[in-house]
Amino acid sequence: MSVDTRALDQAGPPGRRARLRVSTVFWRRPWLKALSLLTPPVAAFAIVYVGALAVLLISSFWGVDAFTGKLVRHWTLDNFRQIFSFSDPTYLRIAGRTIGIAAAVTITDALLAFPLGYFMARVASPRVRGALFVGVVLPLWSSYLVRIYAWQTILSGGGVLNWSLHGIGLPSAHLAYTNWAMWIVFSYIWLPFMVYPVYASLERIPESYVEASSDLGARGWRTLRSVTLPLALPGVIAGSIFTFSLTLGDYITPLLVGGTGSSFIGNVVYENIGINANVPFAAALASIPVMVMAVYLVVARRLGAFDAL
Amino acid sequence: MTTSRARIALGIWTALVFFFLWAPLVLIGIYAFNKSNVQSWPLPGWTTHWFRVAWSDPDVRSSLWLSFKVGLLATGTALVLGSMAAFAIHRFRFFGRESISFLLILPIALPGIITGMALNSFYVFAGLGFSIWTIVIGHATFCVVVVYNNVIARLRRTSPSLYEASMDLGADGWQTFRFVTWPVLSTALVAGGLLAFALSFDEVIVTTFTAGAQSTLPIFILDNLRQGQQLPVVNVVALAVILLTIVPVVIAQRLTRESGILRTE
Repeated sequence: MSVDTRALDQAGPPGRRARLRVSTVFWRRPWLKALSLLTPPVAAFAIVYVGALAVLLISSFWGVDAFTGKLVRHWTLDNFRQIFSFSDPTYLRIAGRTIGIAAAVTITDALLAFPLGYFMARVASPRVRGALFVGVVLPLWSSYLVRIYAWQTILSGGGVLNWSLHGIGLPSAHLAYTNWAMWIVFSYIWLPFMVYPVYASLERIPESYVEASSDLGARGWRTLRSVTLPLALPGVIAGSIFTFSLTLGDYITPLLVGGTGSSFIGNVVYENIGINANVPFAAALASIPVMVMAVYLVVARRLGAFDAL
Repeated sequence: MTTSRARIALGIWTALVFFFLWAPLVLIGIYAFNKSNVQSWPLPGWTTHWFRVAWSDPDVRSSLWLSFKVGLLATGTALVLGSMAAFAIHRFRFFGRESISFLLILPIALPGIITGMALNSFYVFAGLGFSIWTIVIGHATFCVVVVYNNVIARLRRTSPSLYEASMDLGADGWQTFRFVTWPVLSTALVAGGLLAFALSFDEVIVTTFTAGAQSTLPIFILDNLRQGQQLPVVNVVALAVILLTIVPVVIAQRLTRESGILRTE
């Protein structure tokens, strides 16, 4: 199709004519428009972000000179050997702690979120549902640091928790600066990430399925186990991607509420970027959460979690 | 089909989880008025003294100002790059289209520490000294996706016949953009921009890797929390940060009605 632009060119003031000529150029060559729209964002990402990730990946196979502390660019597996060493399991233990707490947090959040999502999707009126929805999402957007800090004060010796425990005649709990504190704080911080996909997947289950199940003689529990839970599973897994991945990569919570000897992979990474200045080792360590997440995402995709995101 | 006993149990559970979600936030609001500089409970008395102290603290002021500038610059960058990408992905079909949207989502799908240290080693590798721009680049990387999600969701809901009609009526590309595309998109852009700002204003992990010795407001809070210093000032700043991030999010939700976790449409 061709457009006779001569007639248009003669119309209107010069500014408009120039604009028309530009629009015509883009209209006739859609690829040019696509290219000029895509180049800035893609180039920025490719250079800064993908480039940076590539540098990181490569540097995990480099070393650091023990005396000068300078980066040595020769290929070595030493970093990985040091991490996966069974004679000195320091790093394996840290990785185990990180993954273990991430798993515990994910399970806790799933247990907390499921009944809440069920209430929002099946029991609450539309008005209440809207209010609950905002009530879940807002804490997520309010400062991450402040929410950790709030728990620091709650769990501290003279904090609200012990005051409440004394109020009902129980002894003090010494939770501050322990793995338990990290478990509570992580579960708290990432909970909204679990509620949303669980709620969305529950809301999508047609009421007729539940009715059919009860028509066939199933009681409440049976319906929950055989109909609702299997259909809501992709939502739970979608939520678990967030809770698991975010816990895996965190280092601020262990820093602020974990005790001595409660380092996460992230803490060791941070120390090696800053104080110890051993970027290759940090990069090798950081590849653990990346690999774990890669496997996790493949499994999650199999289970249909991506459709529930 | 839920029995009334189950409904009551679910309602109680919901109330408890909501208490769990909100009590800590309310508590921080209360601590901002704590008379003592010891963070214990119950409070010995009330004061607004710390608000004045925080407001006149030069460190608070400079880090607030830095966070503000970074937030604006990162949001601006994200608005431009995010909406360009959304336009292209929405309008055109081409090889590698799926991988571009994946690429944009990567900075929030990967743990923040990976993004942070990748950027850090990139800066060192490229010989870039830490400046406000290194922070802005870091924040813009994960803010782009928020704008992108909002804009593309709006574009998908808009009928392409609007643009065709505009062109049939003789409008050039600029006029179509000014009188059709812009009014359709403006609230989605404002919402995406507000969310991007809230995300940037609150970010710590990537910032610790890209700021060097500079201190944004979250870094100021983090440093003081680690050393247990100036906690009364931190309380006030914490309350301010909660309000400053929640307000844009509430406005963004109003503008776009429905909401997800990172997208509002």
